[in-house]
Amino acid sequence: MTARQSFYDTPSPAGLTGIKAWLLTHDHKRLGLMYLWAVFFWLVLALFLGLALRTELMGMGETIMSAQTYNSTFTLHGVIMIFLFMIPAIPAIFGNFFLPIQIGADDVFFPRLNLFSWYLFMIGGLFAIISLFGGEGFADTGWTFYVPFSVGTESNVSMTVTAAFILGMSSMLTGLNFVTTVHRMRVKGMGWLQIPLFTWSLYATAWVQILATPVISITLVLVVLERFLNIGLFDPDKGGDPLLYQHLFWMYSHPAVYIMILPGMGVISEIIPVFSRKAIFGYKGIVISSMAIAVAGSLVWAHHMYTSGMSDVSVFVFSLLTYLVAIPSAVKVFSWLSTMYKGSILMTPPLLLSLVFIYLFTVGGLTGLLIGAAGPDIYVHDTQFIVAHFHFTMFGGTGFAFFAALHYWWPKMFGVMYNFKPAYIGTVLAAVGFVFHYVPMFILGMQGMPRRYFDYLPQFETGNFLAGFGGYLMVFGIMMMFINLWISLKKGKTAVDDPWGGTTLEWSVPSPPPLHNFIGEPQVKDYPYDFSDVIKRSAKSSQ
Amino acid sequence: MEKAIDKTGVRIGMWIFLYSELILFGGLFVLYAVYFYNHTESFAAGGKELNRLFGTANTLVLLISSFTVAASITAIQRNKKGQAIGLLVFSFSCGVIFLINKYFEWSAKIHHGLYPNSETLLDGEPGLNIFFGLYYTITGLHGVHVIIGMILLAISLVLVIRNKVTQERYAMLENSGLYWHLVDLIWIFVFPLFYLVL
Repeated sequence: MTARQSFYDTPSPAGLTGIKAWLLTHDHKRLGLMYLWAVFFWLVLALFLGLALRTELMGMGETIMSAQTYNSTFTLHGVIMIFLFMIPAIPAIFGNFFLPIQIGADDVFFPRLNLFSWYLFMIGGLFAIISLFGGEGFADTGWTFYVPFSVGTESNVSMTVTAAFILGMSSMLTGLNFVTTVHRMRVKGMGWLQIPLFTWSLYATAWVQILATPVISITLVLVVLERFLNIGLFDPDKGGDPLLYQHLFWMYSHPAVYIMILPGMGVISEIIPVFSRKAIFGYKGIVISSMAIAVAGSLVWAHHMYTSGMSDVSVFVFSLLTYLVAIPSAVKVFSWLSTMYKGSILMTPPLLLSLVFIYLFTVGGLTGLLIGAAGPDIYVHDTQFIVAHFHFTMFGGTGFAFFAALHYWWPKMFGVMYNFKPAYIGTVLAAVGFVFHYVPMFILGMQGMPRRYFDYLPQFETGNFLAGFGGYLMVFGIMMMFINLWISLKKGKTAVDDPWGGTTLEWSVPSPPPLHNFIGEPQVKDYPYDFSDVIKRSAKSSQ
Repeated sequence: MEKAIDKTGVRIGMWIFLYSELILFGGLFVLYAVYFYNHTESFAAGGKELNRLFGTANTLVLLISSFTVAASITAIQRNKKGQAIGLLVFSFSCGVIFLINKYFEWSAKIHHGLYPNSETLLDGEPGLNIFFGLYYTITGLHGVHVIIGMILLAISLVLVIRNKVTQERYAMLENSGLYWHLVDLIWIFVFPLFYLVL
């Protein structure tokens, strides 16, 4: 056994073989990969569900599915994308794999708890699948499970909500694990301001997961209790207040959007400096803005409820707070752009994906300001405009950050390098398709087409018809990226330890890493984004 | 790569977990606060229906058991295995007493037609319905936590008997103890909110 032997060939705990070496593993890298395949499955499923929805909308009236199926399908699309893709994707896959390596540790603090979280994730997914076929069909409430409909509907809400509860547990325990790991496992010599930005963003995310998830847990428990016992806690006839449900729900679910986007921002903060060969602009600014987003993002939940009948004072306060969150997000965009300025840019698929991220996320963020202001929001509330807005931030943001992370760390995870050309073409198709898919929805929303509607008036037909084509183009591009990566597993060239010229610790170890990650004692730099060695190396090799 | 157990790290993890449990109940306390504000008089009327004797007895039971759990940890630290086992068994039985007490209390209420969706409550004041709805939800969820706590204590007890929890390595017992204190702490908030202040 050599020191470079990869973790694929070294089961942990030792002695396990075959499938057991995966299913009972304590190794954070194997768990990261197990999450990867599970998340892949859900992502592809939900992508095609989304495509089916937009196909239905391409023509007026019933085309490929009934109204009831449509309701269940958009709920399923939302539940899968949020709870099974967006929230776990970057932290559970790349966080598990790279957080310990980036801080020079050999595993997370609670390896067995980590395995348990994976099982919770799988059980949650299983519940979601069972709820599809059990009872009266999948929930048709939308992923928000708003009362009173979620309490009254015949569909299988209890099961779906239980799935979300279990998935929340899984996400919270992962957060707990990461916080403890970052506090206790950093290699000697790594102070707080030598931590790579991806790990910083995961640390901020982990706190949000810990702080917010219990609130959704209790809310979902209450929905189930209401369905079985009819207590009436949210029923005005029985003295309850349905608005309180919305408050409790968004108290988690708004912070949850930062659980989704913060790790994505962390990924971009890693990729941009590496391919600009330049120290990241404003390291401390990015760290502070991550924490600021985590804090401020927890105080803005009621901007989802401007039209729900809150007092004007609440609307005003939440609108103001919402504008405050825009500041740290803008700080990050500014830092990324300034990092590239006068950098020595090396174009690669991860960088291209990051640039797409910055563009799409900025559009999403700016339209977010529009609807964060109470006045315009009342005009576009619950229209297609909202759908376009949050897809720009979540899919254009987190989704593309996920693709970028996949292309950036793929050689490290699997030890193979993929073909660039299909990756570029796939990225461009996905990005162009994305814009053509969602921009029509902005226009439709401004014209007044509501979201979550199965049918529409004749004047909305052209827009919906055209948006469908963008959707197909986008899904085609994404599939192209995935297939290209898949092919690289079979036919890709062997990747070197540091194919990109990265400076964080994961690039100092073999690809794929050995079981305990490091061959020697990890060498911590004074500053994690110091590219002087990388530039010297490339100058030498070009001579 | 064998290394010494980082006790501080284990404790950080446990405290974060306890914190998340507190937030779980926090959501319910938010509901309580809002509905108390909306239906103050009904809440006061509902509070009078509850039996303070039961509540006080259960508070005492939990407080004493919290003490004995803490004492059992000290006993393990001093390597007095027999003492630790005795204290743990006592704490566990306190949990049982708490649940039995709760059972009688709940059955008395249910006997009087005070349970979720009962006719008495549906025909009465909406505020009263909410009060008892919250009463059952909060004490019920607390009861579930008592049961989880008892399971943890039972596991620790078995581990102490099998010498898996020892003077050098007692994180499991300590964390179960912490969880038991949490159960106690939540009750310390639930008790006045339902039995005393109204």
